[in-house]
Amino acid sequence: MAAIAATLLLWIACFVVAEAWPAIAQVGISSFVADTSWNPTEGLYNLWPMLVGTLLVSLGAVSLAIPLGLGSAVFCQFYAPPLLASLYRRLIELLAGIPSVVYGFWGLVTLVPLIGKLHPPGPSLLAGVIILALMILPTIALTADASFEQVPPSYRQGTEALGFSRWGMVWRVMLPAARSGLGTGVVLATGRALGETMAVLMVCGNVVQVPDSLFAPVRTLTANIALEMAYALDLHRSALFVSGVVLLALVAGLIALAEIVFGREAVP
Amino acid sequence: MTHPFQSLFLNSTRRNLLLGMGFSLLLTACSSGSSADQKLTLTGSSTVAPLIGEIAKRYEAENPGIRIDVQTGGSSRGLADASQGLADIGMISRGLKAEEEGEFQGFVIAKDGIGLIVHGDNPVQAISDQQVVDIYKGEVDAWQAVGGNNAPITVVNKAEGRSTLELFLKYFELENSEVQADVVIGDNQQGIKTVAGNPNALGYVSIGAAEYDIAQGSPIKLLPVDKIAATTETVQDGSFPLSRPLTLVVTEPPMGLTQDFINFAQSEQVHDIVRAQNFVPVSSSLAQTQSEATAN
Repeated sequence: MAAIAATLLLWIACFVVAEAWPAIAQVGISSFVADTSWNPTEGLYNLWPMLVGTLLVSLGAVSLAIPLGLGSAVFCQFYAPPLLASLYRRLIELLAGIPSVVYGFWGLVTLVPLIGKLHPPGPSLLAGVIILALMILPTIALTADASFEQVPPSYRQGTEALGFSRWGMVWRVMLPAARSGLGTGVVLATGRALGETMAVLMVCGNVVQVPDSLFAPVRTLTANIALEMAYALDLHRSALFVSGVVLLALVAGLIALAEIVFGREAVP
Repeated sequence: MTHPFQSLFLNSTRRNLLLGMGFSLLLTACSSGSSADQKLTLTGSSTVAPLIGEIAKRYEAENPGIRIDVQTGGSSRGLADASQGLADIGMISRGLKAEEEGEFQGFVIAKDGIGLIVHGDNPVQAISDQQVVDIYKGEVDAWQAVGGNNAPITVVNKAEGRSTLELFLKYFELENSEVQADVVIGDNQQGIKTVAGNPNALGYVSIGAAEYDIAQGSPIKLLPVDKIAATTETVQDGSFPLSRPLTLVVTEPPMGLTQDFINFAQSEQVHDIVRAQNFVPVSSSLAQTQSEATAN
């Protein structure tokens, strides 16, 4: 099974690179960062603003979702009465099951007009960050919850015997003990944020530019592929596959980083 | 359970996208290889292809044993393939040009009109073509400059490669790199929802889609272009300027299956499909003459 999965993955990667090759060969790698704009039908292929957009939206969402997700897991495990914790857990699981297009739709008809009233036009980096944070929150909350669950009960009993306050136990013992699992949750969530397409496509405004504020619209690499793939021909199409290669490289980089940081630690 | 490498497998959105691309390529490869009793091949415009695809499905259902293969690749491919005999019929999202009339024969199957839309609460009733150009170039950025509220204009543009964008740019003589957009949208629905949610937005969408949503109570309104009201009627009678015919082209006078399919695509039996795709049906008696009238 693992071999099949690995072969399939390799095949996809080869396919994406092969499709991207004509653009890389004919346009040249430098064009993808040095051209004046992204207007593929006019022969301009600057991907840089979209790479920045992808990174900003994802980083924003992750930094918003980490405190919320950890907070909710801590609440579930250490503060809430069992009945409430179980109800709350179901709620978070429900949140994880909502399709991304539904988040996007809600964002488009509710969140974006709200932001528009605050600071026009509305579709913006901020809208993308909020929607994505909501979407990856369950991933972080559930993995954090599961890793707290796996901390040996003796740790908790020990801190109680030593007279730790509840917050002291969470902060000094539980968080460090569950560190590896928490890190994995964050990596998973970041991966989902980088790859998310429909929701960000609907709320981010999709203007190709490096945003100058939280209220400026941005386009992500994934949104770029989804918006233009169906209508792209020849080099334009190939340039979209270059976006795909960049995304693959981004996620591979993320995994490599995670491997370095968490790789050698045993899971509790 | 918590190995970081799993994120590569669990990141389902991107994986599905790439898998989908791989499989759709595989499917295309397979479908062009299979044979049937009688086969008709159409290639060309990505605007016309989805419509013809639906029409072909109905035609195949009514005529067992006939297989219709629809491929996209742009209007220019439609003409090239029809000319070289690679396709039985080419699909183009415009009328035939005068110099093409000699080689090709065109049959209009539907028309597509593009209307400017604003929010229903916007007091502006009409804007001139020049004002549209100025707004999209970013030279005018407030509604009061064109007789509206004291508010910034949210310019809604279409994503690169869409034929709606091409027609819009061509009519207003703009280059896409000149357009200073605040929001870039994909399909018509996204455009309508964006304008409905923003009282200061200006966008453009297919008139059929806009009329449908207005009938459903969406708070948007269509603005006239060049003083002509944007309705399916003005698109149908040819007076609305921002429109184009969706045309099937052949090199020789159609016979047999080709003729039968063209007749079917122009008949009233498919008007519901045409409307469902937000295009405007043309009656078959008008079709031939309109093809000639729009050739410029």
